[in-house]
Amino acid sequence: MTTNQNALITLSASEAAEGLRNGDFTSEQLTQAHLDRIETTEGTAVDAEDRSLGKTGLNAFLHVNAEQALDDARQVDADRAAGKQLPPLAGVPIAVKDLIVTTGQPTTAASRMLEGWMSPYDATVVQKIREARLPILGKTNLDEFAMGSSTEHSAFGCTRNPWDLDRIPGGSGGGSAAAVSAFQAPLALGTDTGGSIRQPASVTGSVGVKPTYGSVSRYGVIAMASSLDQVGPVTRTVRDAAALHEVIGGYDARDSTSINEPAGPYLAEAEKGATEGGLKGLKIGVVKELTGDGFQSGVSQRFQESLELLRAAGAEIVEVSTPHFDHALGAYYLIMASEVSSNLAKYDGVRFGLRKLPEEGPVTIERVMSATRAAGFGPEAKRRIILGTYALSAGYYDAYYGSAQKVRTLVQRDFTNAFEQVDVLVSPTSPTTAFKLGEKTDDPVSMYLNDIATIPTNLAGVPAISVPAGLAPENGLPVGVQFMAPVKEDARLYRVGAGLEAALQQQWGGGLLDQLPDTESLIAARTQGSAK
Amino acid sequence: MTAITRDQVAHLAALAHIEMDETELESMSSELDGIVGAVQSVSAAPIDDVPPTSHPLPLSNAFREDVVGETLTNDEALNNAPDAEDGQFKVPAILDED
Repeated sequence: MTTNQNALITLSASEAAEGLRNGDFTSEQLTQAHLDRIETTEGTAVDAEDRSLGKTGLNAFLHVNAEQALDDARQVDADRAAGKQLPPLAGVPIAVKDLIVTTGQPTTAASRMLEGWMSPYDATVVQKIREARLPILGKTNLDEFAMGSSTEHSAFGCTRNPWDLDRIPGGSGGGSAAAVSAFQAPLALGTDTGGSIRQPASVTGSVGVKPTYGSVSRYGVIAMASSLDQVGPVTRTVRDAAALHEVIGGYDARDSTSINEPAGPYLAEAEKGATEGGLKGLKIGVVKELTGDGFQSGVSQRFQESLELLRAAGAEIVEVSTPHFDHALGAYYLIMASEVSSNLAKYDGVRFGLRKLPEEGPVTIERVMSATRAAGFGPEAKRRIILGTYALSAGYYDAYYGSAQKVRTLVQRDFTNAFEQVDVLVSPTSPTTAFKLGEKTDDPVSMYLNDIATIPTNLAGVPAISVPAGLAPENGLPVGVQFMAPVKEDARLYRVGAGLEAALQQQWGGGLLDQLPDTESLIAARTQGSAK
Repeated sequence: MTAITRDQVAHLAALAHIEMDETELESMSSELDGIVGAVQSVSAAPIDDVPPTSHPLPLSNAFREDVVGETLTNDEALNNAPDAEDGQFKVPAILDED
């Protein structure tokens, strides 16, 4: 039986960093191994003329940055050979969600609107990973402007789930999650507005963290909904997420919502949580409103098993009620869409991006804008802009946007009350395992329901992590467990997340991704199947 | 309370500067109707006397020191422009010709 086992690509980032320090291999070898894996698992363009059809394989990357990544890797190797002091993760490659701007390679937000656009500056998080000397493998696929829960709204074709190529990898950050779970990259950056890091992590068997709002800079992150957006790590282990969070976190004067306090330490907390008895004294609240009805049976089953393991590891488990979470989804979609309608107004064909002339009639600037936005935005972006325009318009503002903002207060209060009773909260990350590609594209409301467990944290700004909890017995697909902590208490997530991870891995005899089917065989089988 | 009409969507699309054909207006109005139906329960939440929250953190305006820093050069700023002339963005006529 073929497997994904390859000495270099299956290492966690922490293991790879140690191997580099010990001189077991070079960053060039490590980076090349990942580029090779990308080459063999991405697939080829379905139609060379039409990028919207995507690729035959994972299609996790919109751009592969091979030459620059290898140059950076060789520079790290040279500096190490010269005995220079290097940051802890130096030489470990990383993938970056294509919503985060980078110099030297295109940034598209998976939209036709920005096809071919080259950012004149680096996002702060990109600057930080460059300073930490992580070679950038490329830019990962997403739902257009990060709007979606399946990556099917990408203008450049959907990303496929490495567990089953006919299923969604989650969204919006399906590219980053697929890349990390399929061993194309040991680390990735994502963004999370309503679950876009955590839900993809959940359905691909990887780890994803949405940090406290304001604790990681948003400078250079293409804005979707500014009061909700946050950058965070996508990894295969909790420890790696903690290490990457330490790299990207911290104050940034260029983000006016940045918290002026140092980030971390997180790695030490992850190590503490993974040790024997590391969860003793921790009080965990099961969110009553985010369990039971509406959750797939295998999801609930793995969730209950995780609770047992946490209890066995020394944590106290109680039930907590957050009565207003029932209204959170509605509030989220109104607030998010309202902010979207404002943030996306800048794509008008004047200063950058697409410009489309009207097909007939006079060429005035207003008509050029309307033609440009009609051609540049996909259906989901248009839906959200129109919904936001509606929610903010005179006569409807109080009933929709105004009410949603008040519900936001109630959701925040629910968290405050809950955290007076417990240290962290827990729920399944997503109500279901990965669904089939195309299953929900015609039904926006059922697509939105995927975010039911992840959006309350974005409304309140609190941090959360998704940790793999095993495979659902009914379909063999990954299930995720979500922990939530009070604002600025991200460290607790790493402690409890690492504790659960250690207990589960002891049971499995390794990581969940050791059980991932061989990606290259899956792609070959699928390509042959469709050729018949 | 809902029932979003085709004409309403046409008005919203005009406000948002997105050209839409008849098919798109029809499908958007039925989709939007479904979405609004699903989210309007917010007004039924117990929100009387609850203050609105626009932002998750209690932040006031953050200002940097008023000093000259690095900025994009004129060329860098125009590099991605669909059209430019004499160091400026070039746009079609602002007013109708008539």
